[in-house]
Amino acid sequence: MTAAALPENNFFNAKKGIMSWLFTLDHKRIGLLYLYAILSFFLVGVVLGFLMRLELLNPGQDIMKPHTYNQVFTLHGVIMIFLFIIPSIPAIFGNFFLPLHLGTDDVAFPKLNLLSFWLYVLGALFALATLVFGDGPADTGWTFYAPYSVKTGTNVTMSVLAAFILGFSSILTGLNFIVTIHRLRTPGMGFNQMPLFAWSLYATSWIQLLATPVVGITLLMIIAERVFGIGLFDPSIGGDPILYQHLFWIYSHPAVYIMALPAMGLVSEIIPTFAQRTIFGYKAIAYSSMAIAFVGYFVWGHHMFTSGMSGTAGFIFSILTFFVAIPTSVKVFNWVATLYKGSINIEIPLLYMMAFIFNFLIGGLTGLANAALAADVHLHDTYFVVGHFHYVMFGGTGFAMFGALHYWFPKIWGRMYNKARANVAFALLFFGFNMLYFPMLILGIMGMPRRYYDYLPEFHGLNQIATVGSWILVSGLILMLANLLIGLKKGKIASANPWNGITLEWQTSSPPPLHNFDKLPELNEGGPYNYPDAKKA
Amino acid sequence: MNQSFVLPNSGHTFDPKSSKLGMWLFLYTEILLFGGLFLVYMVYRSLNPDAFLLASFKLNVWMGTVNTIILLTSSMTVAMSITALQKGDKKMAMNLLWLTLLAALAFLVIKYFEWGAKFEHGYFPGMDHYDAMPVGEKLYFYLYFFMTGLHGLHVIVGGIFIWVVIAKIKSGKVHKDRISLHENAGLYWHLVDLIWIYLFPLFYLIH
Repeated sequence: MTAAALPENNFFNAKKGIMSWLFTLDHKRIGLLYLYAILSFFLVGVVLGFLMRLELLNPGQDIMKPHTYNQVFTLHGVIMIFLFIIPSIPAIFGNFFLPLHLGTDDVAFPKLNLLSFWLYVLGALFALATLVFGDGPADTGWTFYAPYSVKTGTNVTMSVLAAFILGFSSILTGLNFIVTIHRLRTPGMGFNQMPLFAWSLYATSWIQLLATPVVGITLLMIIAERVFGIGLFDPSIGGDPILYQHLFWIYSHPAVYIMALPAMGLVSEIIPTFAQRTIFGYKAIAYSSMAIAFVGYFVWGHHMFTSGMSGTAGFIFSILTFFVAIPTSVKVFNWVATLYKGSINIEIPLLYMMAFIFNFLIGGLTGLANAALAADVHLHDTYFVVGHFHYVMFGGTGFAMFGALHYWFPKIWGRMYNKARANVAFALLFFGFNMLYFPMLILGIMGMPRRYYDYLPEFHGLNQIATVGSWILVSGLILMLANLLIGLKKGKIASANPWNGITLEWQTSSPPPLHNFDKLPELNEGGPYNYPDAKKA
Repeated sequence: MNQSFVLPNSGHTFDPKSSKLGMWLFLYTEILLFGGLFLVYMVYRSLNPDAFLLASFKLNVWMGTVNTIILLTSSMTVAMSITALQKGDKKMAMNLLWLTLLAALAFLVIKYFEWGAKFEHGYFPGMDHYDAMPVGEKLYFYLYFFMTGLHGLHVIVGGIFIWVVIAKIKSGKVHKDRISLHENAGLYWHLVDLIWIYLFPLFYLIH
């Protein structure tokens, strides 16, 4: 048995039985619970997206009715946004690695952490229950725009309730991380000695904390409007639908940075390891996270350029949106500069990070096209927007998450996956991804509107390319997950530090012991990424 | 094996500063939760100034004033009880908390009669009188019920919180040197008070 070579004292075998997992207070186990739950919902979301692409293979009705298509894209959005991408990196890797990065044994409030997980499960159950109860899942789009969300007969109330509960879970996670970062850093670790992943989580947590309540109350208002028939957002009874959009995006735009910032943290974490040199511009990266979080609060109006907004307001929101590009490009330049003259070791995690930079660049630049007032009037609600945010969310955050999974796999499970297969999976994912989403950008410029199950004949060719791309993407995904699952069971035993990483999590055994460290971890001299032999390379 | 080793910065050891920081962060989220409602109120008040004014005359200013006094006093008693426990006077601290609870109860009873009167007049959304109102007044009463209702819910939660603290002082789990739960309950109660301080003028007083 190879298992004998794993350290005897690790968090997997510290306690036994299903209850020791379901009610665990160990941040590592909670992180893994999140991992399994979030990946499961991700797969559900993927299947829904896959079906949508299949429907769009040809013009006209292929496999589903228009109403079903509306429900499918709504559920795809709700699952991918609320159940996958918002919790993904913070809840999985944040939970698992934040305490390790800070050199402590848990988050500040372990019980609250468990509560967040169970709230997540509860919210997920509500989201899934829409499939069974009432008149089926909502058909409003994940944004639940009023007045349609108030009038439709589908199960909006339950979907909205799900989003509300999930928001609560997200708030508590953010609260926990902020307190953890403030109070539990290992002795001698100042804010500027923290790994950049912790910085990005810090910025993210503030957004979770300060933006989520607003959408929470907005969603409650939607429910009240549906239940009591009060005209808060429905114009036919005196409400203002634009007000709903404002309230919604006051949260949901900052939420975009809840999705993106942790991914940027991962990139900042992984690139120095595979360049074997210190990160270029540590403070610039750390503070740009905070800057993005801050500016992100003031740009929500750019979702509403076409829904009735004064020219002045539109102009201001447009300018502010351009500002977000500045701290973002600061990061990109720093990552590239870190690679410059490093001793680059091209491993799978690094490939994912490069894919992140490539995809995120496309996503970011197309974002600027959306932010420009004149261009947005043309591009609004077209496939250009769909392409844009999939490049940022999936091409960016999704790829970063997969990269992190490959990076920390040996630390979490103490084993190594098959690298050759992982390379093939990566190539399929990267190629399939771009084949799927790049045509969308072109389709959008040509004027194909989003959220229709049908399209004009002239869009046929590009839609076919995109659908074939979705097949390649899914096969890459299956290969990647299968490879990881095989690695989990049969992979070779990995050393405690297979990548020669320098942050604190690599100082403990793999998998880590229950209390993370058997002795006080030693801080690096001169910053978290200061490789002692960097000059030699 | 080194099972007995515990890091100096362990997440499993109790840290009063963490607990207080967490509470403050939680209070921010509460303020933002109500912030969304205040925003909606502001928008609709500016769109329907006359209707909001007319509707506000239908509220009972006296009951609102008495409730404000009650809530402010209860904030004082909870603060006094913290000071009492810090000085080690367990008995006094508990009595002051009971007084706070009594005030919370009084607030809710008055609220009950206030709401009850509105129900009798049919001002609640969906009732006859409500349906006959002009749009602006409808919005006013909708927001009135939504905001004071949510606030009432917070009074109940705060009351339960205080009740738990009383029980823990009694059993000795909260004491002079481990007071942060008590302080957090106090903070929460002040928040409940603070929100009411804004709700009261917005609904009852502004002309």
